[in-house]
Amino acid sequence: MSIGKTRPPKSRSRRTGSGRAGRELLSALPWLAPTLVLIFAIVLFPAGYMVWTSTRDVSEFGVDRGPVGSENYQRLLEFDAIPRVLVNTVVWVVGVVLVTILISLALAQLLDKAFPGRRLVRLAVIVPWASSVVMTSVVFYYGLDPFYGILNRALVDVGILDQPYGFTKNTVSAFLVAMGIAVFVSLPFTTYTLLAGLQTIPEDTLEAAQVDGAGPARTYLEIILPSLRPALAVATIINIINVFNSLPILRTITGSIPGYNADTTTTMIFKFIQAERQVDTASALSVVNFVLVLVIILIYLRVVRPMRED
Amino acid sequence: MAAAGSRARGRGPRWLLSLAGLAVAVFFLAPYLIMLVGSFKSRADILGVPPTYLPEAWHPGNYASMWDTPETPLPYNMVSTVVISVAATLLVLCVAMPAAYYSARNRFPGRLAFLLLVLVTQMLQPTVLAAGLFREFLAIGINDTWLAMILVNAAFNLSFAIWIMHSFFAGVPKEIDEAATLDGASRLQTLRQVTLPLVWPGIVTAIIFTFVACWNEFAASLVILTTAENQPLSVALTKFVGQYQTSWQYVFGISVVGIVPVVILFALIERRLVAGLTAGGVK
Repeated sequence: MSIGKTRPPKSRSRRTGSGRAGRELLSALPWLAPTLVLIFAIVLFPAGYMVWTSTRDVSEFGVDRGPVGSENYQRLLEFDAIPRVLVNTVVWVVGVVLVTILISLALAQLLDKAFPGRRLVRLAVIVPWASSVVMTSVVFYYGLDPFYGILNRALVDVGILDQPYGFTKNTVSAFLVAMGIAVFVSLPFTTYTLLAGLQTIPEDTLEAAQVDGAGPARTYLEIILPSLRPALAVATIINIINVFNSLPILRTITGSIPGYNADTTTTMIFKFIQAERQVDTASALSVVNFVLVLVIILIYLRVVRPMRED
Repeated sequence: MAAAGSRARGRGPRWLLSLAGLAVAVFFLAPYLIMLVGSFKSRADILGVPPTYLPEAWHPGNYASMWDTPETPLPYNMVSTVVISVAATLLVLCVAMPAAYYSARNRFPGRLAFLLLVLVTQMLQPTVLAAGLFREFLAIGINDTWLAMILVNAAFNLSFAIWIMHSFFAGVPKEIDEAATLDGASRLQTLRQVTLPLVWPGIVTAIIFTFVACWNEFAASLVILTTAENQPLSVALTKFVGQYQTSWQYVFGISVVGIVPVVILFALIERRLVAGLTAGGVK
C-alpha cells in the first residue's frame, strides 16, 4: 500500500482543466491498476476470446483450423435438441426464481418478528448458502434413490408415497427435483435480502396503518409490499443471473440421463466442452448466454440504480 | 439486526412463532443432518434396502479411511481446495484493498466508470466465460494449474470485496483522517492506526466471503483442472455419483469436512452478508 503515498492527501478539487484531470488520473492508477489488470485478463479478455473462438473451427484437440463465419451459430440453430433446451431454460429460470421469491417473502416475514430462538433459526437458514452446491445436490440425489434413498423412505413413512419412486431416473421428475434443489439453495440469499428490505420500513409507518384500522392483509399489500420493491428487484435480478448460470445441480441430478432433454443452455455448454469436445460450438452458445446476462445486468442497472448515491 | 429491527407486533403467541421457526430450521438443516448421520454408516448399511434412519453401528473410522478411497486422490483434493482458496483470498485482498480505499476517498476522472466496471463484474460468473477461460489458459500454457484457478477465483470475487470495503472506507468520516493528519501522522500512519481499525469488519467480511466462494467454486474448476490431483473437493465429489455402488459414507464424510468450516465462517459474518452482495441496492 506504500505506492503513491507521496501524493497530496486529498485530490478533491473544484479546479478543472485537463492537466489537473490527467494528474488525478495518474495518481489514481497505481491504486486501481491491479484490479484493472485482473479484470481485463480474467474477465474481459476471455469474453473477447470466446467471441473470437465462436467464429473459428476448433478441432477436438484444440487446434484452430481457421475462420468459419457464423457456422457455429448455425449449427446451434440446427441442433435437434435446441427447442427443448430453450424451453427447459425458461422453465428452469422462471420457475425457480418465482417459487424462491414467494417462499422467501413468507420466510422473511417470519424472521423479522421477535421470538425466542430467532437467532438460531437465522443461522440455520444460512447453512445451504455457505455449503457447496455440489455437496447439497449430492445428498438429495442419494436421498431420492428408489432403493436406498432415505428421503424416499421418509415420504413413504409419512404417507405421501405408497412406495419409493425413482425421482432421479426419468427426465421430467429429475428436472423438477433439480428445480426444487435450486429453490432450496436460493432461499437463504433471497430471504436475507428481503429481510434487509423489511428492516428499512419505519416502525411508525406500520403503527400508523394499525391506528388507521388497516388489517394485516391490507397493511401487507399496501404498505409492506410496496416498500419491499427495491429489495424485491435486487433479489429477483440477482437470482435470475445465478439460476441461469447454475451448473452443479442439474449436472448432479440429471447428469446420468442421456441426451439433452434435461439440459439448460448452461449445462449444454459444459457438455459441448467436455463430452463432445466442441469448444467452438460451446463458445457460440456461451456468447449467446453472455449477451443474455449482459441484458439482465443492464436491466438491473436501470431498475435498481445501485450507483445512484455516487 | 437484533432488537432494533425486531417487530414485537403480531397476534399469535410467541411460542407459535418459535415453533414455525423450528420447522424452518429443520427444513434447512435436514440435508446436512442426513450427510452427518450417513457419514457414520458402514458401506453395507448405507446401501441397505430399505434404508435405516440411524446407523446400525456408528463408524467414525470412515473419517480416517475415506482418504484412501480409490475414486479420487482425496488428500490432494483437500490440499488443492485449501491452496486455491487461501491464495485467491490473499490475492483479492492485495488487489481490492487499494482500489476500495482510493475510490472511496478520492474523486478522479473515470471513478464512476471504474465502479460500474466493478459492479458489472460482480454479476458475471466464471460459468458463462468458462469456454473463453479454457481457451485462454490453454493458449498461455497454464491450463490445469492451481495458478489458473487462483486467478479465476480472485477475479470473480474481487468485485464483492472492493464493493464491501469501499462502503466501509466511505463510511469513515474524512474529518477523522484530517484530525490525524493535523496531529502530524503520516498518510500511512493514519491509514494503519485510524482507518484500518474502523474498516476492519468490512475487511473480515470480504476475506470470509471470498474464501467461502473460492472453496465452493465448481464450474471453472471442472473445465480447467483436468488432472485428478489438481481438482478441488467440489469436483472430486462428482466422481462418486453414478458409480455402480457409490461409497456414500465417504461422499458424506468429505461433504461434512467440506461444509463445516465454511458454515462456521459464514455464521461469523451473518449480519453483514446482504450489504455487500446487493451493492447498495436495498437501502
